[in-house]
Amino acid sequence: MPVVQMTQHLYRFFPQLENRTITVPAGSVADVLRAVNDIAPGFTDYVLDEQGALRRHVMLSVNDTVVIDRKTLSDRVPDGGTVYIFQALSGG
Amino acid sequence: MSDMILLGTRKGTVIFDRSHSSWRPRPIVHAGIPVCYAARDPRDGTLWASLDHGHWGPKLARSRDGGATWADVTSLKYPEGARYIVKYLPTPDFDPASPSARPEYADASAFKIWTIAFGAASQPGRLYAGTIPGGLFVSDDGGDSWELNRPLWNHESRGGDLFAGDATSENRWHGTPASIDYGVFEPGIHSILVDPRDADHVHVAVSTAGVIETTDGGRTWAARNRGVLNDYLPNPEAEWGHDPHFVTACPAQPDHLWQQNHCGVFYSNDAARSWKKVSMPDAGVNFGFPIAADAHDGRTAWVVPARADSERMAIEGGLFVARTSDGGQSWQVFRNGLPQENAYDIVLRHGLDVAGDRLCFGSTTGNVYVSEDRGESWQCLGNNFPPIYSVRFG
Repeated sequence: MPVVQMTQHLYRFFPQLENRTITVPAGSVADVLRAVNDIAPGFTDYVLDEQGALRRHVMLSVNDTVVIDRKTLSDRVPDGGTVYIFQALSGG
Repeated sequence: MSDMILLGTRKGTVIFDRSHSSWRPRPIVHAGIPVCYAARDPRDGTLWASLDHGHWGPKLARSRDGGATWADVTSLKYPEGARYIVKYLPTPDFDPASPSARPEYADASAFKIWTIAFGAASQPGRLYAGTIPGGLFVSDDGGDSWELNRPLWNHESRGGDLFAGDATSENRWHGTPASIDYGVFEPGIHSILVDPRDADHVHVAVSTAGVIETTDGGRTWAARNRGVLNDYLPNPEAEWGHDPHFVTACPAQPDHLWQQNHCGVFYSNDAARSWKKVSMPDAGVNFGFPIAADAHDGRTAWVVPARADSERMAIEGGLFVARTSDGGQSWQVFRNGLPQENAYDIVLRHGLDVAGDRLCFGSTTGNVYVSEDRGESWQCLGNNFPPIYSVRFG
């Protein structure tokens, strides 16, 4: 099953995700985020906008590949893969 | 008079309590998160803060225990199909000839929840929120759920009903520089005034469009900018395109409205059906962002003037507050207790408030001043706060 790792900043809003291994069923990035939202209701409101697209300053990669489809989140997450969610850094 | 002050700052929410004749700040909450507005609902004591997360989208936060604990409210969202006509960033490399002659549309997301307003006493649970890109949201359940006011969003001044299809009229709402942080140049609602006599009577103010009024509970809206002069438009008396920085009203005389506009201070004593410019540039009263109206006397208001337009700082290095008590015919300037040299403060649109004889303002330089005598003398509550976006008595 894929594993989800994320910036610790998100633990501030979703402490139930901290200090655990987050495993979810394989599928699309959208499926993975829905599964995390099931564990931590409201999670997708932080990483997705009203249209369900990744927020402008949120980065998401599957293993070491940054997702291509930021709008419908159709990139596939294979069994054993790792999804990383982190902030796009800007400024100095 | 209130014994609580809430600050919305670049680094969180700061609450001051007054006891034994002194104001003391509590430890900051929402630490590290920009808070663009914080206020207390006078009807039930709920505290609200608008969190301006850089990465995670705007969120409201609510405390029902006086600020001891807070919970995020994530239900304010633009509905599916909400669109707007894109304006373009006025960047140096912007080529005004390059956009298509036809409107371009974008699906709406909330970039910023700029202000929160509380309904009349007759409407418990009614809240309003003003956003960038220009949507007014309404809640009737204390903020658990929110609905976009579609008549205003679909107003002919914004191109008509874009849920239904392409624009049917010209978009006359322009962008606010406050939106540029989000990589867009779109309008925002920063002022919402509910008439305490009639809950269906509401004014909102938009940067950059002007003042808009409903008298039927939000079913229809009309521009209320007659008399507002816009120096930088080809037609200064145009119906749209005005830049009210903040608009407020006297609670006891709600037909008396005050407006600190980009182009001066304006006053209305007929519920915004007409405005009169009441600036006094010789006294320094013209440009600025905030304005506060007295609770009882509609002719009395305060401003914290600044130098326009490219400098945007205290005038000649000295910070002062000006007060009128005759509807803007004359202004008194008060400097006692405020720095008079090397002051570069600017007070933003939500950065001044009044409660009885008390006033408080905070600047982007992190200075907070309070007055107990209607603005005539001032005491500093601290110089090292984060840049301050809003000041509201609780």
